[in-house]
Amino acid sequence: MNANEIHDRIKDRFPDGIVEFKIDATVDPFIVVRPELIRDIAVFLSSDPELKFDYLMSISGMDYNDGNLGVVYHISSMEKRHRITLKVKLPKTDAQVPSVESIWKTANWHERESFDLFGIVFQGHPDMRRILLPDDWEGNPLRKDYKAQEYYHGMKVPY
Amino acid sequence: MAELRTEEMVLNMGPQHPSTHGVLRVELVVDGEVVVDAIPHIGYLHRCFEKHAEALNYQQIVPYCDRMDYLGSMNNDHAYVLGVEKLLNIQVPERVEYIRVIMAEFQRIASHLVSIGTYGLDIGAFTPFLFCFRDREMILDLFEMTCGARLLYNYMWPGGLSHDLPAGFVEKARAFIKHFRPAMKELNDLLSYNEIFVKRTANVGVLPADIAINYGASGPTLRGSGVKWDLRKCEPYSVYNKFDWDIVVGTGEMGTLGDCWDRYMVKVWEIEQSLRIIEQALDTLPEGDVQAAIPKRVRPPVGEVYVRSESPRGELAYYIVSDGSQKPYRVKGRAPSFSNLSLLPEISRGYLIADMIAIIGSVDITLGDVDR
Repeated sequence: MNANEIHDRIKDRFPDGIVEFKIDATVDPFIVVRPELIRDIAVFLSSDPELKFDYLMSISGMDYNDGNLGVVYHISSMEKRHRITLKVKLPKTDAQVPSVESIWKTANWHERESFDLFGIVFQGHPDMRRILLPDDWEGNPLRKDYKAQEYYHGMKVPY
Repeated sequence: MAELRTEEMVLNMGPQHPSTHGVLRVELVVDGEVVVDAIPHIGYLHRCFEKHAEALNYQQIVPYCDRMDYLGSMNNDHAYVLGVEKLLNIQVPERVEYIRVIMAEFQRIASHLVSIGTYGLDIGAFTPFLFCFRDREMILDLFEMTCGARLLYNYMWPGGLSHDLPAGFVEKARAFIKHFRPAMKELNDLLSYNEIFVKRTANVGVLPADIAINYGASGPTLRGSGVKWDLRKCEPYSVYNKFDWDIVVGTGEMGTLGDCWDRYMVKVWEIEQSLRIIEQALDTLPEGDVQAAIPKRVRPPVGEVYVRSESPRGELAYYIVSDGSQKPYRVKGRAPSFSNLSLLPEISRGYLIADMIAIIGSVDITLGDVDR
């Protein structure tokens, strides 16, 4: 299936779930969906016999620097050989989105990474802690307004 | 007696433990000798690749990609430059792609040799390790005569290569292949079908295919479970579709499908496939200027790309977002080792502590790749 057909199929099932659909030459096609529906959409995408998205390639956090954070899901189907990009946008002040860990286990570590580096909270994640940085680190480094803390356990941080 | 439970104990394996292949800490919950749970703790080698990338030009990021998976530097660069070229929408001369494939496949062999050698070392076989590193040295010599570096190359640039192949490279590469094929046979006799080695690895750490897919496993870890999936064939990039070779998968020959031996053996078989690709690429190497398409300034239009590639460890992808300036807005490295390692608890439960050594080694992680 190509991106248009995948989009239509999601639209059939979730008529007001899609915020934006972009397909043009310079960009991989992506679909922006409403964050509170991401888990339901993921269940639909992985279980629908025509779509069968069985493989979550990657979850990337984003800071759009306009007061919004985002999460980008790259998913593909090994059987059907198609792929699509899903995005959600979240306000920086209340960055929460349902976890898709129960559908694709890959999400477990990838969501922890976005939590660690962007401070996005994934609701329903079984083990929401930092993964790459120490547990007592301050701030989320990949946010565009991040300032490194001055000292970490008496060690100077900015070098 | 079977249901007699003793008190559980927590045992720390690593971060300074030779079998963890770097700085990985695994928190083991054990009941006697039996592993009840294994919780990996990572991040000891985190070098903020993604944060660095936001502050650098597109070309300056290539050396950082080298350092992500330091055993597969050529493959890292290959994926990254393909992504940048896709954003820029430029075509590179065919010779460039052929040379990139030759380098990437040599790198894959070198990486698998480290993996095979150190895996034998983990299990207690010292000699195969020396054999593997002897042959890997020859590959590193080829890299050195091409670009002057042995481990971290900065060889592939967006649009081209830093150097063309030097005089005598093709002959030397062919001589290496001629020497290497019998050496692989020797390695198989010495290690792969060695009875002690098979006893330690067969039926251990069994990974069913559906769990592998659900956890986003890729590369030899996925193929060891019998899944015929290789991005070089399933989503061909570069010029891989021009060569004749096969995807190898685990067969369960020595025990259960998806056990440690299968994951190990897929790497051994893949080396032969890489040799086939290199031979064909050397035979049909086109002429051309490898620097003709290098842009003076790399300034992609606003857009984003997710480019997948098959590194020695599995699906290596870069998600590159451009805001139209000379620096990327965001670069995310999707590291194969990261997802592969996350399934460690699934394949460790119920096995013995001694088996953990075999299981961690068989997943073949590079901690630089896990932590980025």
